[in-house]
Amino acid sequence: MRRLRDGNHFLRLSVLLVAIALACVILLLPLAAVFTEALRRGIPVALQALADPDAWAAIQLTLLVAAIAVPVNTVGGIAAAWCIAKFEFPGRRFLLALIELPFSVSPVISGLVWVLLFGAHGWFGEWLQERNIQIIFALPGLVLATIFVTFPFVARTLVPLMQEQGRGAEEAAATLGASGWQIFRRVTLPDIRWALLSGILLCNARAMGEFGAVSVVSGHIRGETNTMPLHVEILYNEYQFVAAFAVAALLALLALVTLGAKALLERHGSSRASLL
Amino acid sequence: MPGFGLSLGVALLWLGLIVLLPLSALAARPWTLGLQGVLDSLADPRVLAALRLSFLSALAAAAVNVPIGLLLAWVMVRENFPGRRWLDAAIDLPFALPTAVAGLALTALYAPNGWLGAPLAAVGLKVAYTPLGIGVAMLFVGLPFVVRSVEPVLRDLPREAEEAAATLGADGVQTWWRVILPALLPALLAGFAMAFARAVGEYGSVIFIAGNRPMVSEIAPLLIVVRLEQFDYAGASAVGLAMLVLAFIILLALNLLQRRNRG
Repeated sequence: MRRLRDGNHFLRLSVLLVAIALACVILLLPLAAVFTEALRRGIPVALQALADPDAWAAIQLTLLVAAIAVPVNTVGGIAAAWCIAKFEFPGRRFLLALIELPFSVSPVISGLVWVLLFGAHGWFGEWLQERNIQIIFALPGLVLATIFVTFPFVARTLVPLMQEQGRGAEEAAATLGASGWQIFRRVTLPDIRWALLSGILLCNARAMGEFGAVSVVSGHIRGETNTMPLHVEILYNEYQFVAAFAVAALLALLALVTLGAKALLERHGSSRASLL
Repeated sequence: MPGFGLSLGVALLWLGLIVLLPLSALAARPWTLGLQGVLDSLADPRVLAALRLSFLSALAAAAVNVPIGLLLAWVMVRENFPGRRWLDAAIDLPFALPTAVAGLALTALYAPNGWLGAPLAAVGLKVAYTPLGIGVAMLFVGLPFVVRSVEPVLRDLPREAEEAAATLGADGVQTWWRVILPALLPALLAGFAMAFARAVGEYGSVIFIAGNRPMVSEIAPLLIVVRLEQFDYAGASAVGLAMLVLAFIILLALNLLQRRNRG
C-alpha cells in the first residue's frame, strides 16, 4: 500500500535516520551511561556495592514498601474500576478524574501532604506523638507516599477494558444464581487478568522506583528509612560514584524487565496498557 | 447485578483516605499564615524565581518535545524498518526508569567530561548544572507523552486524504500544513499538555543535573523540600498550592484550545 513516489525515497530515509538518531541520543544513551558507569571498575566492584549492608537494607525496604503499597492499590483499583465501568451513576466521570489526580501532582507534593497530616507540626502530629506513633520518617510514611503516587495505575488500566466488555456476562451469571464474589472470580477476573497484571506491573515499577515523594517523608536514615532510589542519591552525594551507579543499574534493570514483561502481556491481552 | 454498593464504598474510602484527605491538608495549610502571609510568602524573590524557572523550563521542554515526538510517532506508524519494535519499547523507557536513575544518567552524560557534555563544552555550551540541564531532564521525562498521544491518531489518519491532496496538486509541504498537521493538532496539544504537567512537577531527574543554586537553577519542588527542612510547613504548602493552581490554569487553557481545534 505504499504509493509514495520514488523521489521521496531519499527524504523518507533521511527522516527515518534522524528519528532513530534522536531516539538513540535521548533515550538509549542515558541507559548506556548508567551501565557503563556502574561497570567502570569491573563487575566484582559493582556487585560488592550491592552487597554492602546499607544497600542490602535499602533493597529489602524497597521490596517491603512495594509489597504493601501494590496490593492496597490493586484492591482499591479493582473496586473503583468495577463500579465505574459496570454501573451508571451520577459523578462517574468525576470519580475517574479524581482517581487520576495523583498523576498530575508533583512527587514532592505527594510527600508533602503526608507531612502536613502526620508530621510533628501536622494535623495529627501531637496526637501521634502522645501515643508515640511514628509515621513520618518511618515505614508507614514511605508506604503512604508510595500508595499516593501509584494510586491510579491499576484503576486506569482496567476501566477502559471493563467498559468495553460491558456487563452482559456478569448479568447472565447473576441470573443463573451466582453470588457477587463468584461472578467476580469466575467471570470478570478471567477477562481482565492480563490487563490487571499489566496494571500491577506498572504500579510495582513505580512503587520501587519512586524518589521525590519518599524523599520528603523518609528522613534519610541509612539502613533504616532509605529505599533504593534514596540510597542512590546518598551514595552519589558522598562521591561513591561506582556504588551509586551500581544501585542505579539494578533499578534500571528493573525498568527493563518491566518493559519486557509489559510487551509480553500486550501480546497476550488485546489491550495496550498505558504507562501515561 | 450485585456489587455496586461494596465496590463504590471501597473506592470512595480508598480515594478519600489516600488522595482527598491529604490534598485537603495541602489546600488548608497555607492559610494559617493569613491571606497577607501567603502573598508575602509567595512574593519572596527566591519563590518567584523558582516558579518562573519550573514553569518556563517545563513549557520549553514540552514545546521541543512536540516536533521530536511527532517525528518518532511518524516513523513508527508510517515506516517499516528493522528494530521498529525496539524503538517502540524504548519510547516507554522514561516512564519505566526511576527518576533518580534518569537524573544520575543524564548528569553523567552532560557533565563537562561526559559523552555529550565534553563535545558540547568544546563549542561553549554548558548543560549540566545550568538551567539548560533542567530542560534536558524535562525533555527526557516528557517525550513519551507526546509520542503516545499522537501515535493512535496518526494510525487512524486516512491515507486517502493525503493522496487526494497530492492528486489535487498539493506538494509535500502543503499536504503537511493543510491536511496532516490540522488533523494531528488536538493530539499534539494533548501530548504537549501531558508532557508539561509531568515536567513542571518533576523532581528526581532534575535535581541531580540542575546544580540547584537559589535564584538560578533551583526548581519549585526543590524549594518545597528546602522549606520543609526548615519546618516551614505553611511556606512549603504555599509554594505547593501555587504550583497546583498555576498548572491547573495552564492545563485548563490548553484543554479549551484543544476543544476549539477539534470542533
